[in-house]
Amino acid sequence: MATDINVNQTEENRAERARTGQYYRPHVDILEEGDELVLVADMPGVKSDAIEIDFQDGVLTIEGSVEPRYDDKVNFLLCEYGIGDFYRTFRVSEQIDSNRIHAEYGNGVLTVHLPKVEEAKPRKIMVNAAG
Amino acid sequence: MVLRRANGFNPLYQLRDEMDRLVGDFFGPATGNVAQRIGAATRSFPALNVWEDGENLYAEAEVPGLKSEDIDISVVGNDLTIHGHRGEAEREGVAFHRQERGVGQFNRVLRLPVDVDPNRVEASLKDGVLLIKLPKAESAKPKKIKVSPAT
Repeated sequence: MATDINVNQTEENRAERARTGQYYRPHVDILEEGDELVLVADMPGVKSDAIEIDFQDGVLTIEGSVEPRYDDKVNFLLCEYGIGDFYRTFRVSEQIDSNRIHAEYGNGVLTVHLPKVEEAKPRKIMVNAAG
Repeated sequence: MVLRRANGFNPLYQLRDEMDRLVGDFFGPATGNVAQRIGAATRSFPALNVWEDGENLYAEAEVPGLKSEDIDISVVGNDLTIHGHRGEAEREGVAFHRQERGVGQFNRVLRLPVDVDPNRVEASLKDGVLLIKLPKAESAKPKKIKVSPAT
């Protein structure tokens, strides 16, 4: 069982530069299952067509835009959370087969599957005796 | 800028919220699982936004990963109770690198500021967002008082 963290979050300031405006960092679980990394993110209030997933140079970016659900001028009796877009980036140190990355979204939860590149199998080289 | 889910609201409701939390902690499930894992980020789960118009109170909560059968909502007197469970799929041979999403049972009790009609409470769940509509009781609706000129 691997104990090292294969997926590190990229530095906050990098994310800051990548995007301006206000956004929320979704809570995530990252796990390793079989030959893939699986990232599970809580992104409530996002529609599945408003999600963007990008994987480039070992950096995974997930982004979901949230439509306002009510006028911010409403008469709040209790306001414990804000509503806004979700955005978070991760640096993935494992070799990922980017062509096979796939994702699904349901009930406010995004799941991204990142299949690992098959490691090169050791190959025996036969040495033929010179004739 | 990165926003933390913070609250800035009426001190009166803060006090109420404190009470809610005290009661919740006292009567809440003994496992403390959600309190530890979700509660670390958002004091009590689920966090609620509550607002009103002339006819209704509205309570909204973000409950990603929950299906409607995982949530029980009840209104007894002036107390709105949201009770539920967020499960975790049993996975064999899985190594977690990061685990921020809370799992387990939760129970949130909110004392409503006005009387509502418990028979007409409606709730909907969409994309992990729960919206509860609580129609105000007739006695709680605002009334316009006409001032008639003295004769």
